[in-house]
Amino acid sequence: MLDETLMQDAILLAARQSEFILEMAGISKNFGPVQAIRDVNLVVRHGDIHAICGENGAGKSTLMNILSGVYPHGSHGGTIRFDGEERHFHSLRDSEKAGICIIHQELALAPLLSITENLFLGNEIARGGVIDWEEAHDRARTLLDRVGLTEDPRTPVGDLGIGKQQLVEIAKALAKDVRLMILDEPTASLNERDSDRLLELMLEFKAKGVTSIIISHKLNEIRRVADAVTIIRDGATVDVIDCADHEVDEDRIVTAMVGRELSDRYPARDPKIGEVRFAVKDWQVADPQHAGRDVIRNVSFNVRRGEIVGISGLMGAGRTELALSLFGRLHGKYVSGEVSLDGRVIDTPTVAKAIDSGLAYVTEDRKGAGLVLEESIARNTVLANLGKVSKWGFVVDAFAVFDTAAEYCRKMRTRSHDVLQKVGTLSGGNQQKVVLSKWLFTDPEVLILDEPTRGIDVGAKYEIYKIVNDFVAAGKCVVMISSEMPELLGTCDRIYVMNEGRFVGEFAGAEASQEKIMRAIQNNQSIGA
Amino acid sequence: MATAFQSTKMPEAQDAPRPDMMATLRRAMSEYGLLAALVLIVAFFQITTDGVLLQPLNITNLLLQNSYVVIMALGMLMVIVCGHIDLSVGSVVGVIGALAGWLIVTHAVDPVTATIVCLVAGAVVGAMQGYWVAYWRMPSFIVTLAGMLVFRGITIAISDGASVGPFPESFTAISSGFLPDPFAASGVHLLSLLIGAVLAAAFVTVETRARARSASRGASVPSVPVFALRVGAISALMLAFCYMLASYRGIPTVVAIMAVLVAAYTFVMNRTVLGRRIYAVGGNLKAARLSGVNTARITFITFVNMGVLAAVAGLIFAARLNSATPRAGTGFELDVIAAVFIGGASASGGAGKVLGVVIGAFIMGVLNNGMSIMGLGVDYQQMIKGLVLLAAVFIDIYQKNRTA
Repeated sequence: MLDETLMQDAILLAARQSEFILEMAGISKNFGPVQAIRDVNLVVRHGDIHAICGENGAGKSTLMNILSGVYPHGSHGGTIRFDGEERHFHSLRDSEKAGICIIHQELALAPLLSITENLFLGNEIARGGVIDWEEAHDRARTLLDRVGLTEDPRTPVGDLGIGKQQLVEIAKALAKDVRLMILDEPTASLNERDSDRLLELMLEFKAKGVTSIIISHKLNEIRRVADAVTIIRDGATVDVIDCADHEVDEDRIVTAMVGRELSDRYPARDPKIGEVRFAVKDWQVADPQHAGRDVIRNVSFNVRRGEIVGISGLMGAGRTELALSLFGRLHGKYVSGEVSLDGRVIDTPTVAKAIDSGLAYVTEDRKGAGLVLEESIARNTVLANLGKVSKWGFVVDAFAVFDTAAEYCRKMRTRSHDVLQKVGTLSGGNQQKVVLSKWLFTDPEVLILDEPTRGIDVGAKYEIYKIVNDFVAAGKCVVMISSEMPELLGTCDRIYVMNEGRFVGEFAGAEASQEKIMRAIQNNQSIGA
Repeated sequence: MATAFQSTKMPEAQDAPRPDMMATLRRAMSEYGLLAALVLIVAFFQITTDGVLLQPLNITNLLLQNSYVVIMALGMLMVIVCGHIDLSVGSVVGVIGALAGWLIVTHAVDPVTATIVCLVAGAVVGAMQGYWVAYWRMPSFIVTLAGMLVFRGITIAISDGASVGPFPESFTAISSGFLPDPFAASGVHLLSLLIGAVLAAAFVTVETRARARSASRGASVPSVPVFALRVGAISALMLAFCYMLASYRGIPTVVAIMAVLVAAYTFVMNRTVLGRRIYAVGGNLKAARLSGVNTARITFITFVNMGVLAAVAGLIFAARLNSATPRAGTGFELDVIAAVFIGGASASGGAGKVLGVVIGAFIMGVLNNGMSIMGLGVDYQQMIKGLVLLAAVFIDIYQKNRTA
């Protein structure tokens, strides 16, 4: 897959061996008949921050599992050289001993244990099996200082926000004398402020000589921190970019990732916007734990026929809570407010009633709350509207289920063996298409999308935007909640800005910009404080 | 029904790899592995007991001995698929038996009324436990552990620690009776043969229709000889089984009840909205709730249903012993739960099939029966049953890990 110039580059790079801390060459890995990785080459210089890009399913995670010994030496092809020496890692322990440390997307912390206990888990500070708590807490303190956390090391990890948990995970790596730190999509679940802090920290570590690898989808992050980028597609390295000067050609990365020119990341659309269809008035919701404290404060908004309306805001602004409270009052305690569709007030005290009234909500947590992973595409597709595929309302017609699922797979271009495949075995993008199929099958008038393209590769994102466009083209309404501002700017006709449970701004799609949205949030924060 | 689609391909999935021989074999193993295990166990005991195992009299006994386990396992499957467990069923069997004894023997209530009262009582017991689990989200393990103690206590209190009996014949008939033979022919029981023939015919019709419908959808269906062999073999088995029962005293009433319940629950779990929702709740509670499923009500229903089926089992067991004893049903929960897990249900919920559970129950039943005929001590019997449970679940998990 490497073209000639790249090959020469690689040879040149290899000649200056001492520069590299890690060299992986010709890595391949099969799972039964499926080839996950064909030919990956990865060289990382000492002291660099090296980014790895690729669509979901390109083989990034498999590669990291090989490097860390989760897939032991002998179960894969190719060679690994670390510090100029060929290494055979047989387990996670082997690679950790060499100083390679992985921080996974899904954090591996025990929520009920304290920070200290988590930091030294498996590596306890003890004499003869008896833990020396004084010493342990002291050492934990030093480690926390290094990652900029001020929390008491006795705090249970579960009490920390997700951003701080990530920092604890990094401190844990530091406790192990890390030489090469690998971060697998570290900012995927962080808000902008926490992401910022994390990237700063990476740069600090770099200044202290720690080498790191960051796996990321986010081009702006790569531009900010990466010294070199390796792009993987279909299990092979397709491009290596040296960008120590931080001048990254984003188009080159995207083109390499998807294997085609993607002139526009958002499909063209000709909006036909009509009268107001969906309206929420003075929506007020109280915190379930603290009576009197409101999570959603006096929110009013509307969506017109054929319109895509975005809701922007920082993590914790209350966007998901707003959606859940509208959709069957799944969050908080209803205080006041009213929802109407086509001028008629609708009552949505339960999810079933919300669905009947024409609402649909696509969750941000695809695996945790969107799909039954052990069940087939077919069964997931009809789950929210079993009545429609049943005789007399209670006998499920297996053939109708099959036909329905097959029809939606065709429409959505869901890639699968057949509709009886378990959804758990699909890629993120295809899983999201199944979730969308489920909701479109309920024939909603208003579709609320919560982070509809989180963790999905560029190609699948494009297809999902197209599905959404087709939906509104039929005169329906979409509410899109997203933390990715470019996505909102690229797809929405109108954008509301939410902060601390309130709506603090509204922009027409054409006049909105990242700066304006951020300013709206900051203005509100200074007033609120 | 789903089996009809097993090898269906989406029209546009042209690049899908052809399944190789090994994969086909592996799938067949996971589908028919349990049945194969039962056949092997039966064959083993048929040899070691010198053919006693498959004598008509012993088969009738085996069915009678296991009917209540099978019946409760149907309810337990629902509870386990929903993501819970019910440890109290053995005590519920005891409490219902004691109630039946108290009503029928002590107070001479007529058996039909008493049966209805007992079934309602079972539902109430299930509702009482389901309430805490479904609406207060208490762990079912704890709620039903408490129930196990409470209902055993109530059993002893009702019966005053002594056995109550005997029951009138109209009551014991539910467990010791046989379906009547209106034809009264000598030698074989004609009605039983007839039922066998009707069932086999119905099976062939349903399968043929399903195959035709799948084929009309462009799905690839098994070739005619393969299909004929499979359907032929199964219907022949059904006929042979009914013939065997017919050559003794016909189909026992309990077996008829059990068969009807098995058919009904297969239908409910596979084909009804309720059944699909139970699988969804057990598979992913949050996803089910977001899809508009009233998850608490589904959980509640599975416990009420379990209570009713435990009451059915309690009545059958009391009728079989012809007395209500304070210790009736002790340890049944273990047999029932073991049957469900041997039958392939997932311990974390969301997966499990009625047919698997029935086979699981009969694997346990044949083991019990076969080892007793061989004269093996209870000590060895317990050990062997425990190891079989461990092995069955191990094989299940091993297979899953390999495919993952």
